[in-house]
Amino acid sequence: MSVFDRYEMVCGVETHVELATKTKIFCGCTTEFGGEQNTHVCPVCLGLPGVLPVLNREVVNLAIKAGLALNCEIAEFSKFDRKNYYYPDLPKNYQTSQYDLPICKNGWLMIETAEGQKKIGITRAHMEEDAGKLVHGGETITTSDESYVDYNRTGVPLLEIVSEPDMRSISEVLAYLEQLVQILEYTEVSDCRLEQGSVRFDINVSLRPRGSTELGIRTETKNLNSFSSVRRCMEYEIARQAEVLDAGEKVVQETRTWDEGRGITLSLRSKEEAHDYRYFPEPDLVPMVIDREWVEEIRKTLPELPAARRERLQILGLSAYDAEVITSSKGLADFFDKALRQCEDAKSLTNWVMGDFTRLLKANEVSVVDSPISPEQVAEMVNLIEKGTISGKIAKSVIEEMFATGKDASVIVKEKGLAQISDESALIKIIDEVIAANPASVEDYRAGKERAIGFLVGQVMKASKGQANPGLVNKLLKERLG
Amino acid sequence: MKISRKDVEHVALLARLELTEQEIEQYTEQLDSILEYAATLDRLDTENVEPTAHAVPLHNVLRADEVKSSIEREKALQNSPDAEEGFYRVPRIV
Amino acid sequence: MELTAKSAAELHTLLESREISAVELTKAFIERINAIEDKVKAFMTLTEESALMQAAEVDAKLSRGDKLRPLEGIPMALKDNMCTEGVRTTCSSKILENFVPPYNATVAELLRQAGAVMLGKLNMDEFAMGSSTENSAFHVTRNPWDLERVTGGSSGGSAAAVVADQAVFTLGSDTGGSIRQPAAFCGVVGMKPTYGAVSRYGLIAFASSLDQIGPFTKDVRDNALVMNAIAGHDPKDSTSVPYDKPDYTKFLLNDIKGLKIGIPREYFGQGIDTEVDKVLRQALATLGSLGAEVEECSMPHTEYAMPAYYLIAPAEASSNLARYDGVRYGYRTEDSEDIISMFKKTRAEGFGSEVKRRIMLGTYALSAGYYDAYYLKAQKARTLIKQDFDRVLEKFDVLVAPTAPTVAFKFGEKSTDPLAMYLSDVCTVPLNLAGLPGITLPAGFAGGMPVGLQLMGKPFDEGTLYRVAYTFEQNTDFHKAKPAFSGEVA
Repeated sequence: MSVFDRYEMVCGVETHVELATKTKIFCGCTTEFGGEQNTHVCPVCLGLPGVLPVLNREVVNLAIKAGLALNCEIAEFSKFDRKNYYYPDLPKNYQTSQYDLPICKNGWLMIETAEGQKKIGITRAHMEEDAGKLVHGGETITTSDESYVDYNRTGVPLLEIVSEPDMRSISEVLAYLEQLVQILEYTEVSDCRLEQGSVRFDINVSLRPRGSTELGIRTETKNLNSFSSVRRCMEYEIARQAEVLDAGEKVVQETRTWDEGRGITLSLRSKEEAHDYRYFPEPDLVPMVIDREWVEEIRKTLPELPAARRERLQILGLSAYDAEVITSSKGLADFFDKALRQCEDAKSLTNWVMGDFTRLLKANEVSVVDSPISPEQVAEMVNLIEKGTISGKIAKSVIEEMFATGKDASVIVKEKGLAQISDESALIKIIDEVIAANPASVEDYRAGKERAIGFLVGQVMKASKGQANPGLVNKLLKERLG
Repeated sequence: MKISRKDVEHVALLARLELTEQEIEQYTEQLDSILEYAATLDRLDTENVEPTAHAVPLHNVLRADEVKSSIEREKALQNSPDAEEGFYRVPRIV
Repeated sequence: MELTAKSAAELHTLLESREISAVELTKAFIERINAIEDKVKAFMTLTEESALMQAAEVDAKLSRGDKLRPLEGIPMALKDNMCTEGVRTTCSSKILENFVPPYNATVAELLRQAGAVMLGKLNMDEFAMGSSTENSAFHVTRNPWDLERVTGGSSGGSAAAVVADQAVFTLGSDTGGSIRQPAAFCGVVGMKPTYGAVSRYGLIAFASSLDQIGPFTKDVRDNALVMNAIAGHDPKDSTSVPYDKPDYTKFLLNDIKGLKIGIPREYFGQGIDTEVDKVLRQALATLGSLGAEVEECSMPHTEYAMPAYYLIAPAEASSNLARYDGVRYGYRTEDSEDIISMFKKTRAEGFGSEVKRRIMLGTYALSAGYYDAYYLKAQKARTLIKQDFDRVLEKFDVLVAPTAPTVAFKFGEKSTDPLAMYLSDVCTVPLNLAGLPGITLPAGFAGGMPVGLQLMGKPFDEGTLYRVAYTFEQNTDFHKAKPAFSGEVA
């Protein structure tokens, strides 16, 4: 019996996403990833005695943009607060964050589930500064005698996006995260480079008996940085909590950490204290008054979001699946849209972009933005097929050639003489030769075996080295065979 | 009593201060009398009063997103009691 | 008159007329410091070498025939909570004993650019927490008027150095009276500017929403000159206010006819020493005789300023001082097995008892369950106190009050009872909560010790305070009095 027959899972997620600014939230140090340890630091982000923060305007702009993309209310009055706790990666031993007046609240996003669309609430999104990085002397934090601190990341701007506990299955959580990351990437609020830790998830999970409406006791597993860790962590945590509940015991409300190597979550409970962050208004920063003009300015910069884009593509005749694939990344969707501007046949374009083009990108390990051929070039190639200049089969080799050389399809077709034979008199000559050489098939066709025509078309194509226009061949053959 | 010995021990932990037995006793007594004095504020009716966090009514103080040079690592580390290979070194965390 | 006893304005004339060189002047101050420092102990660190180099630059400029700006070549010193690049900045705390900032505070930078010569860094109560400079982790500073008495605090070194002629002017910081009270105890002029008028960048924070830097000088003119150099908007400080900075010397008019002066009666109530009260009544009479309209008024929430202050300031301090943990700078304990014990021992060994007491108090006031009752309540009281000022300052140009309820007290007199010590700030704290400017100037003597007169004004109206102070000074001689101690050495 599955645990889900006995228990319902309730999950909410806190997502920390690094905002795509050039500089840190409160100082002019670069946010660039990498860099030798402790080289992207200054008195301000090192928290030296006497320094003061000055807020980066772009952080507020991006937070508003994210809020709008996530259907949030943008606060008219917002402020920063200090969250006080001691940790060696936190130079001031407080984090400048937002407590009771976050910049965004009451938003939502829509996910696709097996049962249709589902709205996931966004409780709030607030701005804060990132902490530094600890490198442990030994294997893990628990076995190291000493640790080393690098403050390059300290002060990198983050947006913490808190969902409502609206998710009921692991697949809903994953759908939410994919959707969220996609929106943040589309809006260019964040680069969303998960492998660099620019998006981190804290997963709150609780179980309750089926039919119960009360929330169970939850645990929070912090700092997951990939979808697969989220899935594995949740599988583990659900099973662990179910075991506790099955034994008639209570789940302990606590913060846990995910051990990727062992595939388990571990308690981070400290014997020392219950958390008491002693939030109070940050006296070194003044409040933000966000007038509606500012919000509207930002709204103008919002691109078409994935959901709207999918809808538009479906109206153009794409299937739901195709629309989903094309919009899965902003780069691919932008590429498609650009090509579409010069291409009549959306369906055919879709097939080429999703098929050979994507395959070639993968085979050559290049991202769509670095593609050696432009959207316009792909459009031209598709147009050549539609005009009958080349066949689909020839096009497959043409796109390979385009990818390798960067040349236009029309240039390749001309250079290699790949244009289709659409000259009727030339084709009739070949057809007559094929009819003469294949009396048996001709006989079969005339006796009513429709399939025989396929063989004869194939022979014509072969004789023309693939350059005959197959549609025209078909038509002419039927006429000749009467 | 406004504050107990246990409160003082808890607060000392939050504030990361290792107090001696004598200090705990002394601070319990002194904090109690200061808080007793602070309780004068209870006489004030603040029902409809907004709190003041800043003395001057400024808002939206923002800077442009322009990269400024960081400081040299040697300067960053020069005051550290324990630095090694460009890192700040600290004792075991857990 | 000794060179070291002269004002910046006088010395500027002497420098420009080549009667003295900047190096001679700086040497005179170094000699003066060396002669009396073992008695006064105003300094934490001396920077003789760099001072002489700075002075030589000024002389080079003079020999080119260039004009000097008002503070060029003038020897001064900074309270040791203002960061100075390459010069140890300790906050008079063991935890920062060897801290050498890699950057300059904005005020240090501005004074450097103005050509002032820095002689060194001045002693203070540890992290500016105190009212007597007895809380310095290193040594006490003695009041030049009576070496058995305190200088006041927390900017005790800043006040003593000016009255003892160890510097022409100094800077201090004022969170609850830390400029005004020691200036009054030592008989010099001390200005706490409007919150946001002088940049806090590089001032090691005590209570961020209250801290403000200001000058200590021998007279009012010098004070206005120093304000001209240090005030103004700083983009590095988000709480710095962009305002039209006037030339403060334009306000030095010997004329207060028709100005409305309010006397808030709550400041003259219980706890004011009768001798002090007598001196101040005389000062009020002087102001009246000079043509000001002096009238009593009431600020009913004044009594709540002290309890509000002693919640807000420690709360902010508990957070501001969290960074002293032995990781990036400062003292680290010798003996620790893990990070938590390292933090706890470092802080226990590095901070003095008053600092620990305030960290404890502030942590408690912010902690879960007490925030509303203490911190939030105090912030609301702050609103009411501010409203009191707004109301009376609609009617009056300036308010007058004692700077401190008593004259400088003896060492040890209040250091065993924190609450008694705190109450010596009763007259100065309200202004910090309201963010308003205040100046103290010598108004007479009680039992041979100086008494300060405090003038409080409207936001960014330091000018009117200078005008009233200047007029009082021009018509009295109190600022010319020198401690006998001074003659003894000469």
